[in-house]
Amino acid sequence: MKFDTPATTNPIDQLKVVGKPTDRIDGPLKTTGKATYAYEWHNVAPNVAYGWVIGSGIAKGRIASMDLEAARKAPGVVAIVTAENAGSLDKGKRNAATLLGGPEIEHYQQAVALVVAETFEQARTAAGLVRIDYTPADGAYDLAAVKDKAEKTKDGDSVVGDFAGAFAAAPVKLDETYTTPDESHAMMEPHATIAAWEGDRLTVWTSNQMIDWMVTDLSATLKMPKDKVRVISPFIGGGFGGKLFLRADALLAALGAREAGRPVKVGLSRPLMMNNTTHRPATIQRVRIGAMPDGTITAIAHESWSGNLPGGSEETASDQTRLLYAGANRLIGNRIATLDLPEGNAMRAPGEASGMMALEVAMDEMAERLGMDPVEFRIRNDTQTDPADPNRPFSQRQLVQCLRLGAERFGWAKRNPKPGQVRDGRWLVGLGMASAFRNNLLTKSAARVRLDQRGIVTVETDMTDIGTGSYTIIAQTAAEMMGVGLDKVAVRLGDSSFPVSAGSGGQWGANNATAGVYAACVKLREAVAQKLGVNSADARFEDGQVVAGNRRVPLAEAAGADGLSAEDGIEYGDLDKKYQQSTFGAHYVEAAVDAATGEIRVRRMLAVCAAGRILNPKSARSQVIGAMTMGVGAALMEELALDKRTGFFVNHDLAGYEVPVHADIPHQEVIFLDETDPISSPMKAKGVGELGLCGVGAAVANAVHNATGLRVRDYPITLDKFLDRLPAMG
Amino acid sequence: MRPFTYERADSPAAAAAAVERRPGAKFIAGGTNLLDLMKLEIETPAHLIDVNGLKLDTLEATPDGGLRIGALVRNTDLAADPRVRRDYGVLSRALLAGASGQLRNKATTAGNLLQRTRCPYFYDTNQPCNKRQPGSGCAAIGGYSRQLAVVGSSEACIATHPSDMAVAMRALDATVETVRADGTTRTIPIAEFHRLPGDTPHIETALVPGELITAVTLPKPVGGTHVYRKVRDRASYAFALVSVAAVVQRDGSGRVAVGGVAHKPWRVEAAEAEIPRGAKAVTAGLLADAKPTHDNAFKLTLVERTLASVLAEAKG
Ligand SMILES: Cc1cc2nc3c(=O)[nH]c(=O)nc-3n(C[C@H](O)[C@H](O)[C@H](O)COP(=O)(O)OP(=O)(O)OC[C@H]3O[C@@H](n4cnc5c(N)ncnc54)[C@H](O)[C@@H]3O)c2cc1C
Ligand code: SF4
Repeated sequence: MKFDTPATTNPIDQLKVVGKPTDRIDGPLKTTGKATYAYEWHNVAPNVAYGWVIGSGIAKGRIASMDLEAARKAPGVVAIVTAENAGSLDKGKRNAATLLGGPEIEHYQQAVALVVAETFEQARTAAGLVRIDYTPADGAYDLAAVKDKAEKTKDGDSVVGDFAGAFAAAPVKLDETYTTPDESHAMMEPHATIAAWEGDRLTVWTSNQMIDWMVTDLSATLKMPKDKVRVISPFIGGGFGGKLFLRADALLAALGAREAGRPVKVGLSRPLMMNNTTHRPATIQRVRIGAMPDGTITAIAHESWSGNLPGGSEETASDQTRLLYAGANRLIGNRIATLDLPEGNAMRAPGEASGMMALEVAMDEMAERLGMDPVEFRIRNDTQTDPADPNRPFSQRQLVQCLRLGAERFGWAKRNPKPGQVRDGRWLVGLGMASAFRNNLLTKSAARVRLDQRGIVTVETDMTDIGTGSYTIIAQTAAEMMGVGLDKVAVRLGDSSFPVSAGSGGQWGANNATAGVYAACVKLREAVAQKLGVNSADARFEDGQVVAGNRRVPLAEAAGADGLSAEDGIEYGDLDKKYQQSTFGAHYVEAAVDAATGEIRVRRMLAVCAAGRILNPKSARSQVIGAMTMGVGAALMEELALDKRTGFFVNHDLAGYEVPVHADIPHQEVIFLDETDPISSPMKAKGVGELGLCGVGAAVANAVHNATGLRVRDYPITLDKFLDRLPAMG
Repeated sequence: MRPFTYERADSPAAAAAAVERRPGAKFIAGGTNLLDLMKLEIETPAHLIDVNGLKLDTLEATPDGGLRIGALVRNTDLAADPRVRRDYGVLSRALLAGASGQLRNKATTAGNLLQRTRCPYFYDTNQPCNKRQPGSGCAAIGGYSRQLAVVGSSEACIATHPSDMAVAMRALDATVETVRADGTTRTIPIAEFHRLPGDTPHIETALVPGELITAVTLPKPVGGTHVYRKVRDRASYAFALVSVAAVVQRDGSGRVAVGGVAHKPWRVEAAEAEIPRGAKAVTAGLLADAKPTHDNAFKLTLVERTLASVLAEAKG
């Protein structure tokens, strides 16, 4: 189905199932331990052997020698894979460094060997006996040190008007630099894969967000035809972008299984993950804003620097600034430098998550300079069109409504605009806010739908559910389209033998994958109508029946003994060129700062989101509160601590890399505006899972400033960065 | 993890003898620290002697009005004991500020005292570390040292002792009771139990090989207001940046021990005379010889401010 004109009324608008707060249909499987995660497929691959990955002990250089003797002789060892015996390998197009390194080393903990043994313990013990000598080389590890060597990225700068002139002339201005650190996805389930060969066919049971990317890159790396690789990943214990790509677990499991001549299981250990896999790269961001005394922005510039391995891409942290606020003169761009750190790549809301942490603090600082309320300052600079192209409207933009409703619900009017004034016992208390913004991305997505003689509708698509609730919204979509209850729908996901979907990333999964299911259901409705000899436009699907004129036929009967099946997908025209499609929101935060120690504790959070039709308010809320939690982490504690001498992330476990715990997360509230966006898709929905993260960190930072009067422009805002500026102890 | 053998000891002295007999043998109690370190091959004992069955898990009053805490008493039980809560509040609070409920259910009194540093370089076997591998160097010096020691450190090691419990015990003047392989027992004042790193950061306590902790004894209660304040980057389940254990009397006298700053719980008795004059004066004495790194110099200010807050709280 081609979607090239805005949606009109369609069966989804009935909202009998879609739009209702719905429990996860896969919830019981998960709470009873019956959902099978990658490492737990105990019965699919008999005689499985266990692989343990050895990562490089240096960040850059060469392996001088590798002594495998002792490991080979260790009890239970079946095979050892290194670059020497792995055969000729290519590199997947989505990998910057090779996944099996050696003799050249490109980053710390780059995999250099897989030890395969009868048991997990034997593999790990034998791995400890491998002796590797390295010849280290000098590398570049410190972004600040290589910043001046950075280059403009291929998208180029967005230049509108004369920024320099307008900024120089602006009566009120700000020029500040903000930094964000490297961050780790730190999802619960580590990367894990079981691989089994049958002749020249390879099956991997894994944990991956983008099934087709995985098939493509795994087959490319192994130099084999794509159709000989099957990827199965129905349940995923979190990903946040860390599982978008083929990683070492899957490649090495496949190589290990080939070498061992039997299935091999590989899980990455947590200490390995943080340097072996991808991470959100650090940024340095310079924001300049010039405005008239009435708050009208006349000039805005946002430049972002990040680093990566050769072939890796930049963090697009300035991108939202192209679209979020008006301003006649603009200069926006990203720059990239070469660093020999582990690969930087997408982590939840790549670009905006880091970019909004800078831009939205700059807006707060600017409002203060203007003597304006920060909410009003943002409203003053709202725009209903792409600031670089007045002929390109937003498909929907209810930013102002989000800001106003949030202010009202949060009690913003009670905020003392003068910072450092509110005290509650030991605590200095402040309120902060920020806009939320994230683009809505359209990408094609297909599904297959079957109706059987029991009236059961089965949906198959390679879409994944990374904990977001994909199973449930897909079931809701099929139920709505086919006029049945959720109990009559079965959903099967995460298998490369199913039609290729959008996958889970960039908050594009919900809208695109359900739109693909919508398309397939339209086709199935046509097949049903045709079989009954009625015009599908005249047929209504309700209560498990097809109603056409006076006829009422149960779906089960219409399906007949052979059942009916249809496959289709959604493909998009140029509506995203004609219109800018984005999601909007507002974050409000109350934070308290211990007047003595500087410890920061968030007290209250509110997010208001305008993100098209909310397909399942229950799982959407869960996505947003999870994102808000991640935003607190980014603001206050998350940082991969870098050893700039040797080029690795030092705090590579969950004791050292702190993410928020329950005690950090207080009362959270989420409000969704009642919105539909017919320009986005037939579902009239957009994404929301990343929107919830974009701006939270800045809202926390702004609350800390309101509480203390102090600005920390170097995330995370830990107490060591401002302790000496807190008021003296009485 | 290296393969190891395992046995259960049936008496404290037999346990001590078993460790002494086998080079590379270790006791295992709750296992919450030792097993993690074994998985990473930071500890590689060839033999484990399980001390959980030694009936060292009771609390009893001592003749002079103190409390004898069995080495195997779990952190959860110790924190919840009514006598501890009434008479040694600082200890109960310190325990509850540590780790998580699940870990405290397993963690034992002796194991907690002997838990090893959380220096991140100690945890990465690719990195030089004098504590893990004597003579290999110290990667933390000149590296990422935000969490590490500001006082009592050496050219060889700047690690901290991560325990909360031990800081409170230091303030309470606890003594550690042990038994050796030959059956002889001794008591070690907590002040002398943990060592500074010096040139031998791998030797962390006064214990000799095979020496088993049987109990920790608290002297009779000293009264006063008990405060334990742990400063950390998140609200729970994090090691201290610094912590302060204080017992303050009505007349303004008191005791203060500090965690997160040194290779051992840090207390300078002479500095306590300054308590009536306030945190600045006390801190000046406590941290007189501090040699912080660039990353952790903030701890000096943090100790002073935290102590000021604690003293204010104690005054009520
Ligand atoms: C994620 C995490 C977070 C934590 N957070 C904190 C925290 O915030 N604050 C804090 O204080 N602690 C914290 N801990 C540490 C925890 O308190 C210790 O792991 C625990 O107290 C160790 O006790 P155990 O009985 O499990 O010791 P084990 O692991 O069994 O043993 C530790 C050591 O003591 C030796 N040993 C044990 N018993 C004896 C004995 N009777 N005599 C002689 N030697 C003995 C063992 O040989 C071993 O060397 C944390 C731990 C983890 C894993
Ligand atoms: S500070 Fe001590 S524990 Fe840390 S690396 Fe140096 S020697 Fe090892």
